[in-house]
Amino acid sequence: MTDTAQSRSAEKPRRSILDTMEIDSRLMGMLGVLVLISLAFQIWTGIRALDTFSWNPFAWLVNGKFLSTQNTYNLAIQTVSIAIMATGMVFIIVTRNIDLAVGSLLALCSGVMAMMQTEILPHWLGLGLGSPLIMPIAVICGMFTGMVIGAFQGWLVGYQGIPSFVVTLGGLLVWSKVAYEIVGGQTIGPLDPTFLMLGGTNGTIGSTASWVLGAVVAVLTVWGIWASRRSKAGHGFQVKPAWAEVFLSLVSVGMIMGIVAQINAYLIPPARLQKMFTERGETMPEGYTQAFGLPISVILLAVVALVMTVVANKTRFGRYVFATGGNPDAAALSGIDTKWLTVKVFALMGVLTAISAAVASARLTNHSLDIGTLDELRVIAAAVIGGTALAGGFGTIYGAVLGALIMQSLQSGMGMVNVDAPYQNIVVGVVLVLAVWLDIVYRKRAGKK
Amino acid sequence: MTMASAAAPLVELRNISISFGGIRAVDNVSVDLFPGEVVGLLGHNGAGKSTLIKCLSGAYHPDAGEIWINGKKVAINNPRDARAFNIETIYQTLALADNLDAASNLFLGRELVSSFGFVDDAGMEAETRKILARLNPNFRKFKEPVSALSGGQRQSVAIARAVYFNAKILIMDEPTAALGPHETQMVGELIQELKRQGLGIFLIDHDIHQVKQMCDRAAVMKNGQLVGIVKVADVTEDDLLGMIILGKKPAHLAG
Ligand SMILES: Nc1ncnc2c1ncn2[C@@H]1O[C@H](COP(=O)(O)OP(=O)(O)O)[C@@H](O)[C@H]1O
Ligand SMILES: [Mg+2]
Repeated sequence: MTDTAQSRSAEKPRRSILDTMEIDSRLMGMLGVLVLISLAFQIWTGIRALDTFSWNPFAWLVNGKFLSTQNTYNLAIQTVSIAIMATGMVFIIVTRNIDLAVGSLLALCSGVMAMMQTEILPHWLGLGLGSPLIMPIAVICGMFTGMVIGAFQGWLVGYQGIPSFVVTLGGLLVWSKVAYEIVGGQTIGPLDPTFLMLGGTNGTIGSTASWVLGAVVAVLTVWGIWASRRSKAGHGFQVKPAWAEVFLSLVSVGMIMGIVAQINAYLIPPARLQKMFTERGETMPEGYTQAFGLPISVILLAVVALVMTVVANKTRFGRYVFATGGNPDAAALSGIDTKWLTVKVFALMGVLTAISAAVASARLTNHSLDIGTLDELRVIAAAVIGGTALAGGFGTIYGAVLGALIMQSLQSGMGMVNVDAPYQNIVVGVVLVLAVWLDIVYRKRAGKK
Repeated sequence: MTMASAAAPLVELRNISISFGGIRAVDNVSVDLFPGEVVGLLGHNGAGKSTLIKCLSGAYHPDAGEIWINGKKVAINNPRDARAFNIETIYQTLALADNLDAASNLFLGRELVSSFGFVDDAGMEAETRKILARLNPNFRKFKEPVSALSGGQRQSVAIARAVYFNAKILIMDEPTAALGPHETQMVGELIQELKRQGLGIFLIDHDIHQVKQMCDRAAVMKNGQLVGIVKVADVTEDDLLGMIILGKKPAHLAG
């Protein structure tokens, strides 16, 4: 409707199907990579599982273990901690900074929460072991620690002009030692039972609630797609054809419900189920099965990713993060307080690191001294594989989460086929460089930068 | 001019000085601007024109000097303060975030928000389409990041941003540098229209012919110092050129 007035309205550029549906080609690429990795490991594990080698690809796929319900369930649980931090790292890198201290800060926040729940709250403050108040108070203290330390690092970067590389390299060394000291150089555990619910299989919502949650999310997604269409049409903008919206809605619903189905297909192992019944003083009926359902940690990641996406795309803060990354001078001339923005971005990273610390230590059921080691590299790699440009200005939350999932899939798959750790590192290193190279090629093609 | 000079000037820059390292980029410069007036700033590259107007736009804080607006002394400590006084600026560098689209740039720092406090992208795009339809009817690339735009299109976005928010004081630092003849003419017409609406405009331009046509007065700078302020009606283009090169007022106006 905009090109009515002008003379040269005749030739309309031809658009591909992907363009018409306005689907991000980068998202498709990442999903493609994930499918390829999954199939490769499924086949690899499948061939290894066969007693005698067969040329039948069907046998490979069927016998593979990578896509088993148990492995995908574990994969989801293992990805959460890195993925939550990766969403924050997107903002850090988009504003042309880096945070090398997240692994150490994770250890420190984990140590603070461990001490709170095993010593300070139950004994010093007399709440008693097992009090339901312990988990929320401990987590809030951890988040506060992360926020304050993150803000301090952000202040050094934003107001004092020290490069973030230097500040957080210092942080990496300092916070890991502080973490070591506050726990007295020991593993701290067992952690509070309510707290353990944040870790994975110790906190799941069951299959029925998972289906309901999946259905609610699916309905909201479809509603969102159509609400956005109505808003665009309301302003007289061009909208995609209705078939494209219907297709997109169907694919979204299919993906959401597919994930729930895969999660719900993983059943609680019989021995564990037996134990649960015995603890309640009941006997387990013959042939009884029960699914874990969605882990609370995975729901937490979904919520964090959603909130961070909304912050990135729909709030002024998010807009300023990207503007500052694209052109810091222009952002400042537009009245954006880029120094204060830097403090906020690092503080947000600290809070997310603390949430990851809760998930990671709850998954391990204790605070171990080496928790978080090398996490900074995994988190940065996840963000970068997910398309965040180190030059600043570009990055997506979903990309970082998918990047974390791709990294974890590679590692888990290589573990299943017994690749030695040093070789795993080689593969991860090569994949990282390859991902950045592909990203550069993609941007050149897209003519964006 | 006579009727305008009765009232207090819209802007008075008094004895502004600012140095970078050892360099006196602006040295004790005073300029004023009245409503409905266009004052041209002339001078060689490095004369200090951009630095002077950046003191007014809040990008720099002068080492010495005062800024008066509507007869009141004001403090402009950052770009937000300047915007609060309805001062809008088209920077020489355009000051666009290359990774964002036209609408996000136009509203940067002043986003339209919905009732939930979320940025209203559709609303901002609609407004951007309206204003750009006036300034550059051929503009089409509303979805692309501005890095994908031509120099002229980028300049259109920067101009749109300056005129959208009801400026009273407009600073234009070489606004037509990247524009073709047709767009340059449109900017000229825009300046005349804004002038009729009563805006005061500082116009930095290298094209003396254009300054002679569009401005009421011209202030010439050299090496950070003010050579002089003249009414363009009283001088020829050669006089202005002489002021820029020699750093002296023409003989018939001197003394
Ligand atoms: N941020 C800065 N840091 C150091 N020197 C500067 C800065 N901005 C301007 N200058 C110097 O001030 C002088 C005037 O520059 P400028 O105002 O850009 O000139 P003009 O706009 O008249 O071409 C030049 O010598 C320039 O190098
Ligand atoms: Mg200049």
